[in-house]
Order: sequence, then C-alpha cells, then structure tokens
Amino acid sequence: MITLATISKRFGALDVLQDVSLAVRPGAVTALVGPNGSGKTTLIKIVLGLTRADHGTLHVADRPADAEGAYRRAIGYMPQAAHFPSNLRVGDVLDLVTQLRPGEAQDDELARAYDMDGIRDKFVGTLSGGTRQKVNAVIAFLFKPALLILDEPTAGLDPLSANVLKEKIRAVRREGRAVLITSHIMTELESLADDVAFLCDGQLRFAGAVGALLARTGARSLEDAIADLMRTERAGRRAPTGMADAPAPASWLAPQPNGAGGAA
Amino acid sequence: MNVVALVLQAGLRDLSRNRWIVAYTFCFFAIAEGLFWFGGTGPQVLLSMLNLVLLVLPLVALVFGTIHVYASREFVELLLAQPVPRRALFTGLYLGLALPLAGAFVVGAGIPFAVHAHDGASVGGVVALLAAGVGLSLAFAAIATWIALRTDDRLKGVGLALGAWLAATVVYDGLVLGAAAAFGNYPLERPLLGLMLANPVDVARVLVLTQLDVSALMGYTGALFEHTFGTALGTGVAALALISWFAVPLALAGRRFLRRDF
Repeated sequence: MITLATISKRFGALDVLQDVSLAVRPGAVTALVGPNGSGKTTLIKIVLGLTRADHGTLHVADRPADAEGAYRRAIGYMPQAAHFPSNLRVGDVLDLVTQLRPGEAQDDELARAYDMDGIRDKFVGTLSGGTRQKVNAVIAFLFKPALLILDEPTAGLDPLSANVLKEKIRAVRREGRAVLITSHIMTELESLADDVAFLCDGQLRFAGAVGALLARTGARSLEDAIADLMRTERAGRRAPTGMADAPAPASWLAPQPNGAGGAA
Repeated sequence: MNVVALVLQAGLRDLSRNRWIVAYTFCFFAIAEGLFWFGGTGPQVLLSMLNLVLLVLPLVALVFGTIHVYASREFVELLLAQPVPRRALFTGLYLGLALPLAGAFVVGAGIPFAVHAHDGASVGGVVALLAAGVGLSLAFAAIATWIALRTDDRLKGVGLALGAWLAATVVYDGLVLGAAAAFGNYPLERPLLGLMLANPVDVARVLVLTQLDVSALMGYTGALFEHTFGTALGTGVAALALISWFAVPLALAGRRFLRRDF
C-alpha cells in the first residue's frame, strides 16, 4: 500500500531519517512509534509530499509519488491539530475539501456520527478544540482513500467520540484499506494496531506484527515492549533480544529502490 | 471550479469576515469621509489620502500579510495533503490574501470619492489613487508572503516585515535625500530616477501625482520624473515599475513555496 525504500532526510547537520525502508500493508493498521524527535512526523510528511526526501523512493497504492501530487488521491490525512481559518464555517471547510477532490467516492458515515449537519453553519473559530478535531477526522474519512494517515487522532476527543473514531478505523481495516497511525497512547495503539514500525534516531529499528514484537521482547503489552525498546536505545546498547537491529521479515520490508518514481 | 478559484474563494470568505479587514475598510472610509465633511475639496482630500495610503497601506499589507501566512500554515499543510498541485494552491492562497486587502482599500476609500464626485477631485486622480493602492497592496502582500515563507521564526518574520516597511517609507527617502545633498555637485538626475523606481512607495507616489498637476508636491525625484518622461510616458513607466514590484516578490515567494519543506 505504501512502499518506502531507503528514504533519507537531513535538516542541516541532523540526519532525521536514514535509509528507512518500510511497507505498510493493506487491510492492516500500522502503528508508527518512537521517541520524540525520532523522525515519525518527517516520515509522514514525506509520504504526504509536504517534505521532500533527499534520497529514496515512495510508492502509494502501487503508483510512484508524483510532483503534482495526484498520488494523494489515495491518501486521507488527519493532522495532529486542527487549524482552520477561524472565519470559515464548518460547511465552508468541508465543501472546500470535497470540491478539491472531485469525483472521489464519498463516505459520510463519520460525518453523520459526529453530526456535522448540526454544526455546518458554525464558524470554526467558535468551536471547541474537540469539535475542531471531529471536523479534522471527518475530513480525513470523507472519501474512501486506500490509505489513511492519522496523527494522534484521538487527542482532544471525548471518550465517546474517540470510541466512534476507533470503530471507524476498524471498519476501514475490514474494508481492506491501510491505516498508518501515530499516537503516544500505547493502550490505544494496542487496541487498534496489527503491525508496528519503531523509529529511533531516524532509523527503523523494528517493523513487524505486534505479536512478533511482544514475543521477541517478552513483554506483556505493546506499551511495555515499546518502553523496553526505547530504554535500550537510550542506553545506547543493543536490545537484549538482539531484535532491534535485526532485519524485519522479508515480506514486511520494502523492496530496494529500483529507480522508479521518487519521493515527493 | 479549479483549485485556484476554490482556494481563493475560501480566502475571500475568511478575510471578508475578518474584523481587522473590516476595521481597515472602515478606517479608510471614515478618514476620507471625515476630510470631505470638514470642508476639504476633492483635490485636497485626494492628496491627504495619498499620504495616508503611502504610509498605512504598506504597513498593514506587510504586517497583516506576514501574520496571516504564519497563521494559515497548518491549514496550508492540510490543503497540501490533498491531491492538488502546489503552484495552484500558492496562487489561490496569495490571491486570497492580496485581493481582500486591495478590495478593502478600494471599497473604503472609493465610496467617499464616489459620493462626493461633485467636489472637484479629478476622475484620473481618483483612479490613479485607487490603482496605486491596489498596486501597493498586491506588492506588499507578495513581499509579506515571501518573508513568511523564508523565515520560520514568526517573531523574526514580523520584525523583517516592520523593517521592510520602515525601509520603504522612511529610511529610503532619507538615504536618497542624503545622497542628493552629498553629491549635489554631480549630475544626479538619472541615478535618482533609478533610485525612485527602486522603491514601490515612491513609484506609487509619482503614479498619483503625475495625474494631479501638483509638481510642487512631487519632491525632487517626482518633478524630475515628470520632466524626463512626460505625464503619459511617466505613468506607463511608473505602472510598469509597480507591476514589477508585485511580480518579482511574488515569483520569489512562489519559488519558495514550491521548493520548501512544510
């Protein structure tokens, strides 16, 4: 669904991403985790075309990323924080995004669940942070893209709204679409994620199924497993299981770059 | 509608409801109307408004524009994550900033002149004032956009915007005056003409004053400009210079927008 091959990005003297190769499979929720500053946001921005990789290739839904951004028809994106022009009405924002993606199949299930019709005429600037986040989620799920990228999706949502969103994510997975999600709430990821990609210092240290990670670390929960990985990385030593630097399963890792396409 | 029109429409909707833009419109309206109310004739009001436009309009376009571009950054990222080309998005975003600024000035300053059309202000003078205001709005909105796209630090960006305003409205004239005084024994006509064209505020001033037959108010460079080019040619050259002051910063900002990492 997404295939990243040897993606590298440097900001000044800082190597933010180093030869990251990753494949995100359809019909699965992949959790992208790692400590602050590990390169998660940069990786997501490279997939979205907001940031350009210095090196490497990107394929989304089996087509190479193009400079004009047409490949983003396959992507729905929910940023961490919702910032819309405060003098636009909710309806203006939803209509704008809808009109920017003409001809795409629409999915109004989340819009109905969050009662967007009831707040269409409200100005964005008058909404609470949680309600803005609902608008943010509705925009991401408004179409039926092959891939959803969700950055801390439940931040600011009340428990009921968060539950509705998680159910929607599971429904998307059942439809065979891919979800790439980041969150610092490990229990939330554990309840959603099938696969885990662990980034640290710009390098992909683990990519595989949640079960495989738990089996290798001996941890009982995803939170414990990730904490264990982070402690190991912080201590600057190899993971006791020898897993952190071990190659991921061949079926999981992205193919090496073949020169086709380019990271946006 | 295409991407440019959609993003422009959103920008127009947002800024037409923005309280600062509404206040900005009302200020021009109140000041022009007040000048007429207190007995000013059309030409007098025109000249007073010109001084106001040359000072206030660049300041508002630069500071408001810079802050607006910074405030829109997360929304821009959301739009960039949609399947739209960056170039179209940039055009829509720029026009969505510059046109409301220019429109606010035209509405605020234009209505009083239309209402008091019988008070003697020449149509050419009023049109030149409004055109100069629109040109300055477009030019300084482009400069503001460029500054905000070049500088990630918001405080530094606003500081640069204020610096650009000071340079264009105060410092530049002082430097030109100083150079004219220091090198008074040399033939300075052509260098000074070049210097005048190198400042959009000076260009706008001359563009309006050449329509008003008030050479005494043009200053040294303005009078020299009219003498050298004549009114018709001078207007064309000044208009071309003002268009350049809009086109070059816009091209730089667009280039930055296309290449930068968000």
